[in-house]
Amino acid sequence: MQTLHINGDTHQLDVPADMPLLWVLRDVLKMTGTKFGCGIAQCGACTVQLDGKPARSCMLPVGSLGDQAVTTIEAIGATPEGARIQKAWLKAEVVQCGYCQSGQIMSATALLKAVPKPADADIDAAMAGNICRCGTYIRIREAIKQAAQS
Amino acid sequence: MSRLSDHAAPSRRAVLQGASVAGGGLLLGFSLPRAAKAQTASASGVFAPDAFIRIGRDDRVTLIMSQVEMGQGIHTAIPMILAEELDVPLSQVTTEEAPPNDKLYGNPIFYIQMTGGSTSVRALFMPMRKTAAAARAMLVTAAAQTWGVDAAACRTEAGAVIHDASGSRLGYGALVDAASVVPRPESPVLKDPKTFKLIGTPAKRLDTPDKVNGKAVFGIDALPDGVRFATLASCPVFGGTLGACDEKAALAVPGVRQVVKLDTLVAVVADHMWAAKLGLAALDIQWNDGPHAALSSVDLWGAIGKASEADGVTAQKIGDVDAALKGDGVITASYELPLLAHATMEPMNCTVHVTPDSCEIWVGIQVMTKAQRIAAAITGLPPEKITIHNHLIGGGFGRRLEEDGVGVAVRIAQHVDGPVKVVWTREEDIQHDMYRPVYRNVMGGRVENGKLVAWTHRVVGPAIIARYLPPAFKNGIDVDAVDGAIDLPYDIPHLRVDYVRHEMAGVPTAFWRGVGPNSTIFAAESFIDKLARQAGSDPLTFRRGLLAKNPRGLATLDLAAQKAGWGGALADRTGRGIAFQFVMGSFVATIAEVAVADDGVVTVKHITSAVDCGTIINPDTVVAQIQGGLIFGLTAASHGEITIERGRVQQSNFHDYRMLRINEVPTIAVHLVPSNEAPGGIGEPGTVAAMPAVANAIYAATGVQIQRMPIDPTLLAKKRSA
Ligand code: FES
Ligand code: FES
Repeated sequence: MQTLHINGDTHQLDVPADMPLLWVLRDVLKMTGTKFGCGIAQCGACTVQLDGKPARSCMLPVGSLGDQAVTTIEAIGATPEGARIQKAWLKAEVVQCGYCQSGQIMSATALLKAVPKPADADIDAAMAGNICRCGTYIRIREAIKQAAQS
Repeated sequence: MSRLSDHAAPSRRAVLQGASVAGGGLLLGFSLPRAAKAQTASASGVFAPDAFIRIGRDDRVTLIMSQVEMGQGIHTAIPMILAEELDVPLSQVTTEEAPPNDKLYGNPIFYIQMTGGSTSVRALFMPMRKTAAAARAMLVTAAAQTWGVDAAACRTEAGAVIHDASGSRLGYGALVDAASVVPRPESPVLKDPKTFKLIGTPAKRLDTPDKVNGKAVFGIDALPDGVRFATLASCPVFGGTLGACDEKAALAVPGVRQVVKLDTLVAVVADHMWAAKLGLAALDIQWNDGPHAALSSVDLWGAIGKASEADGVTAQKIGDVDAALKGDGVITASYELPLLAHATMEPMNCTVHVTPDSCEIWVGIQVMTKAQRIAAAITGLPPEKITIHNHLIGGGFGRRLEEDGVGVAVRIAQHVDGPVKVVWTREEDIQHDMYRPVYRNVMGGRVENGKLVAWTHRVVGPAIIARYLPPAFKNGIDVDAVDGAIDLPYDIPHLRVDYVRHEMAGVPTAFWRGVGPNSTIFAAESFIDKLARQAGSDPLTFRRGLLAKNPRGLATLDLAAQKAGWGGALADRTGRGIAFQFVMGSFVATIAEVAVADDGVVTVKHITSAVDCGTIINPDTVVAQIQGGLIFGLTAASHGEITIERGRVQQSNFHDYRMLRINEVPTIAVHLVPSNEAPGGIGEPGTVAAMPAVANAIYAATGVQIQRMPIDPTLLAKKRSA
């Protein structure tokens, strides 16, 4: 049995301890907002937050989570930074196909929380782990700066 | 693929029909004439899906979308066209995915129901306008009859018909029954573009709000009741088959339910993807590598090099090029492009439920009817027993123009009781793609008195069209492969373009964002810079001289040059490069600025693009597509190469098949040229532009011309002075 704290709810789940959080979210809890992109922590599509810090859920065994609070894209809008980032994302019309954007938003929200006024170098450092195949990077940078001003 | 329009049936005119819909509403659509008899079918009470527009008594306008959304903004652009001509606010329009039906929803450029080739707006702009204009006219007539006034005295505004003289006003919803029996006008009057209120404005995308909160449902997110999860391993050599495979080790993994063994692959079906992955990893699979077990990239390059020595089929001829090539100043060069994978962000996936008399499919695909046909062929069921739920697509780029993945998933699902979601791992996605083929372009040209007088371009590559759309493969010419090589925007007195078909056994090939022009424009624009140098001319001046008879092209080029500050001072080993193109119906002039370090590493600092894509529907989407397209092309120029050894793809995931990341992208400025010309495509031109613009900037910075993609920094390292 694994005990998980996700978006304010506690789940008791009969899943193996070495099972990555990504598949628990998607295939067991049917929370499909968190995406699978690479499975090897190279693309960031699966990014969630653990106690507000970004983490790649595809390589995160649920048995390692302990008491940490997991936040996913489904609930990030309830945080002040998440709401600001989502708003800025729509204002700047960042999204193209959208598949990477759950992960982008989870990383960007964590950045904004840690660094309220990020410089370009902060954005590079925080966001370089998130690939966008559609190439929305220019607007991601704009939107993060907009959210920081708001 | 713009040239495919040459083969489109001109007889396929937009025909409007009206019929009452179950639950009340007006049904309108362009469809084949033989379906038009549904005109008076007010009592059938059945929704016949031979239509695009449905207006409900509640005023809701539903647009049945034949084109799929994969990030290009088409689920906003087409509704904008409809809302403009129908005169309703965009917020009143909702979209619904069209079911598979080539007759009703076939792309007017390709016949088949397909989203690709940067064609959606080009193909649907006028048909959608005419359909909506006819609908508006019918609503006006209905209102005029209701009020007993002259229709000419009525006007429309924001989803209502208004008669100013009497102050009468009726919303469209109140008119649907009356409008359903109004004869449809033969040639409805279209709005004067000067009066457009919506077309040309940066409308907010309709599909994006759900993409920032996790609610958007992509194919990979489909979860029908009782679904199981499967992942697969295919024979690592194309054309090989499965040998021995003892399934016990997989079945011993908790959560694994089943192992499905097919001729070329093994799939493990489990309670979740993790168990499926562990089960697959536990298997000791023997493969029969088959006839391509020794294939390597060296062989592929060697074979295409040899093929390029043969004369090809002439695709275009102007003047007497052989005579014009006699004399001094002849130069030649060749330009080559490697295999590329699509690497869509959403890995390949497809969910299928096969029963003895039905097959239900959940997927995101650019070709609905092709998916339906392959499922019908595999299951032996009639097409009407195949239900497809199409989804948002997490990146297409040509990959989802192919239905191979649907075929694999259906074959697996035939062995599974209940629905099964088949998800390709990223490794399997990259190693079992259908690849952008290797292309080789052999160029020749002659400059006389500083002027370009002769030009030859030989395109060598497989004929994807011959496989994909056989009727479009005529006279031995792949219209896509030579797109961008023929009908140049430049005025050249003597020219010959020929095409050598060269298929690559052992590697499946397919369309890839930018298609043929990625190869032809890279070659042509690189060669133009080489010729300019030969002529002692500046690359901008040289191109301007060739565009004297092409005012739209010239204006676009001049805009880019002015915005980029062409001619301004640059540091050592820094350069600007131009790429100019007219493909997919759009003029794009792009100027890249690069810095090349002493070790040869290239940094693209800034890109300026000027775009004349004719009538612009949503300018913000045009800018987004050019930005994204450029970055897609920069990724290919910087990192993009799939290599083959022992018949196997060497790359497997994003660590060795790299994508540009946010810290690696240049700043990009996109400038749009206002125009009332026919709309051009914008999904692919940016990708086409990136490679030659950067290559020419490197040429300017170092004097070394890149002749094979991707950029090899070792060719660019600063030579030590002896
Ligand atoms: S899926 Fe986790 S980083 Fe790519
Ligand atoms: S929006 Fe498509 S991958 Fe980022």
